[in-house]
Amino acid sequence: MTLVEPRPEAFPNHHAVLDLTDVRKTYRAGLLEVEALRGVSTTIDEGEYVAIMGPSGSGKSTLMHILGCLDVPTSGTYRLAGEDVGTMTEDQLAEVRNRRIGFVFQQFNLLPSMSAWRNVELPLCYAGGPRTDRKKRALDALADVGLADRVEHKPMELSGGQQQRVAVARALVTNPSLILADEPTGNLDSTSTEEMLGLFRRLHALGRTIILITHEADVAEAADRILRIRDGEIVSDSALVPGQVGA
Amino acid sequence: MSWGEILRTGLDAVRSHRLRSGLTMLGILIGIAAVILTVGLGEGAQGKVSGEINALGSNLLIVAPGSTTTNGVRGGFGSASTLTNADADALSSKVVAPDIKAVAPTTSKSEALTAGTTSWTTSVVGTMPAWLSVRARAVSSGRFISGQDVASHAAVTVLAATTAEELFGARSAVGQSVTVAGVPMTVIGTLTSAGSSADTNEDDTAIVPITTAADRITGGTSRDAVQDIYLEATSSHTLSAAYQEAQYELLSRHRITTPTSADFSITSQQSILSTATSVDKTLTVLLAGIAGISLLVGGIGVMNIMLVSVTERIREIGLRKALGATPRVIRRQFLVEASVLGLAGGVLGAALGIAGAGVLPHFISDPISISPTATAGAIVIAIVIGVVFGVYPATRAARLAPIEALRSE
Ligand SMILES: Nc1ncnc2c1ncn2[C@@H]1O[C@H](COP(=O)(O)OP(=O)(O)OP(=O)(O)O)[C@@H](O)[C@H]1O
Ligand SMILES: [Mg+2]
Repeated sequence: MTLVEPRPEAFPNHHAVLDLTDVRKTYRAGLLEVEALRGVSTTIDEGEYVAIMGPSGSGKSTLMHILGCLDVPTSGTYRLAGEDVGTMTEDQLAEVRNRRIGFVFQQFNLLPSMSAWRNVELPLCYAGGPRTDRKKRALDALADVGLADRVEHKPMELSGGQQQRVAVARALVTNPSLILADEPTGNLDSTSTEEMLGLFRRLHALGRTIILITHEADVAEAADRILRIRDGEIVSDSALVPGQVGA
Repeated sequence: MSWGEILRTGLDAVRSHRLRSGLTMLGILIGIAAVILTVGLGEGAQGKVSGEINALGSNLLIVAPGSTTTNGVRGGFGSASTLTNADADALSSKVVAPDIKAVAPTTSKSEALTAGTTSWTTSVVGTMPAWLSVRARAVSSGRFISGQDVASHAAVTVLAATTAEELFGARSAVGQSVTVAGVPMTVIGTLTSAGSSADTNEDDTAIVPITTAADRITGGTSRDAVQDIYLEATSSHTLSAAYQEAQYELLSRHRITTPTSADFSITSQQSILSTATSVDKTLTVLLAGIAGISLLVGGIGVMNIMLVSVTERIREIGLRKALGATPRVIRRQFLVEASVLGLAGGVLGAALGIAGAGVLPHFISDPISISPTATAGAIVIAIVIGVVFGVYPATRAARLAPIEALRSE
């Protein structure tokens, strides 16, 4: 891996899509307090492709949930496109999650009673629009992840990797500008992983902002920038020059 | 998200959890069927009673003898008859009582009637020709007793439908001879049936001229005494005027100054009707109360199922919120689910209730009348139950933060 230079912090804030300032998250489980995030500050610009790495339990998913407006920080501020998420109403948050963010969960979170295409269609249902159009878009998204022949299957009738790809299709179907993926290749073999990375590359080329969590170095190296987290803190933030990938 | 979309989502949820939905519906279904049946039973009984009372005659007042006071000792009600033919005659006067159209004094006694070898015991009523119109009855064959019959103490009788049939079967009774309490009499006519809603006793009686009854049947010391005096008011509007005229005249004839110490009582058909129906109303309210409780239990069942359903589906709710569902949409989805269950349970319950109302009267003697308003009301109640008991779990579900919901097991 070739470190070119540390990311300069001099970028003006208004260029950033995501802006975290001293974000902390504390979980309370009975008497025990777990500090999952201990003061995370960073900015991510529009069109960036970022990989987040770190050991298990380091707070990667917690950070991702805050970025995806699914959870709120215990303290600190999170600005999304300049707007403080902490001051948004429930309805505004719902709109942001629906229109601007595509989220791939670590546990997929598919609805077991619905077929693959109905699962993918779900975000479109909340966005509105004609039904035939929604079905077409859902089927297209499934074709993009290589599941054109599994659209009528229920999640239980799909393998782990296939379920993961349905979850990715669901995140892409609304054409969000920000894609957050929590270990999107965790259950995929090397061929499928390659296909998935190709998909992210194409989306990145289209100008989407992509943030993904991974344990695998080769997946992380597909990104332009790697954030390393340990014990709820960013320990390194490095930009990669594409093509100059080392060990 | 449009209502049509929400409805589709709600229906999907109902359909994909068949057992749970079925059990919820069952609770409402039984409650609604119970409400419809019990209300129908109460209304049926009420209809039967008011039918019986209406069959007595229209614009009817009944004067019954009250207690007598002899040497300061008050006898019990009906201990002796205080009403006489003279009282009846006085009330017939258009001057004394302009609002009374017809007067029919009656005496009655249970006696054996014999025709050939057939014997039948029935109530023998001595009365006047006016009885026919006052009691709103009609003659099916022959004629009713006439003023001439009364004046001449004629040995003639008119038989009610059941009595005629018991004595003569299919043969025509008119012109036949029958022995009443040992007195040979000629049957001059028969009465039509009083109607299906009437008391069956109305169709089992023998009418004789009041004079003949006094001479040969009731006999005794006070031949002038009568049992009841039936009065017919000129119209339903003059009923209370007729009541006051009768009361005033009888009080003055009996030399009684205070109405409270009257030795007779006057009841109107209306007052009998309202007493009887109010008793029945109490019963209906009671039955409806029981049915209402079963409906409430059904509703709590629905709430319980909805709560379980929410708990079971917290992850689903979290996911839907994560994908862009607003709290309002989540709430509506659960409301739709609840009201669909309520509507289905209500319609099926109404169907079961109506089917029960068709079948049950074959096993019990009481009629069940299904009222369309009660049925529609029950279905509306079922939906309201679904919605009311769906609101709480739906609100709870809508308040959850997406990730908290997603993490829960
Ligand atoms: N709901 C919760 N209640 C209490 N503690 C929690 C909760 N969620 C996460 N934690 C704790 O917060 C810390 C960070 O968790 P997180 O899920 O962010 O880790 P992660 O980096 O995603 O790990 P992995 O790579 O295994 O997915 C962990 O120590 C975890 O035990
Ligand atoms: Mg994680």
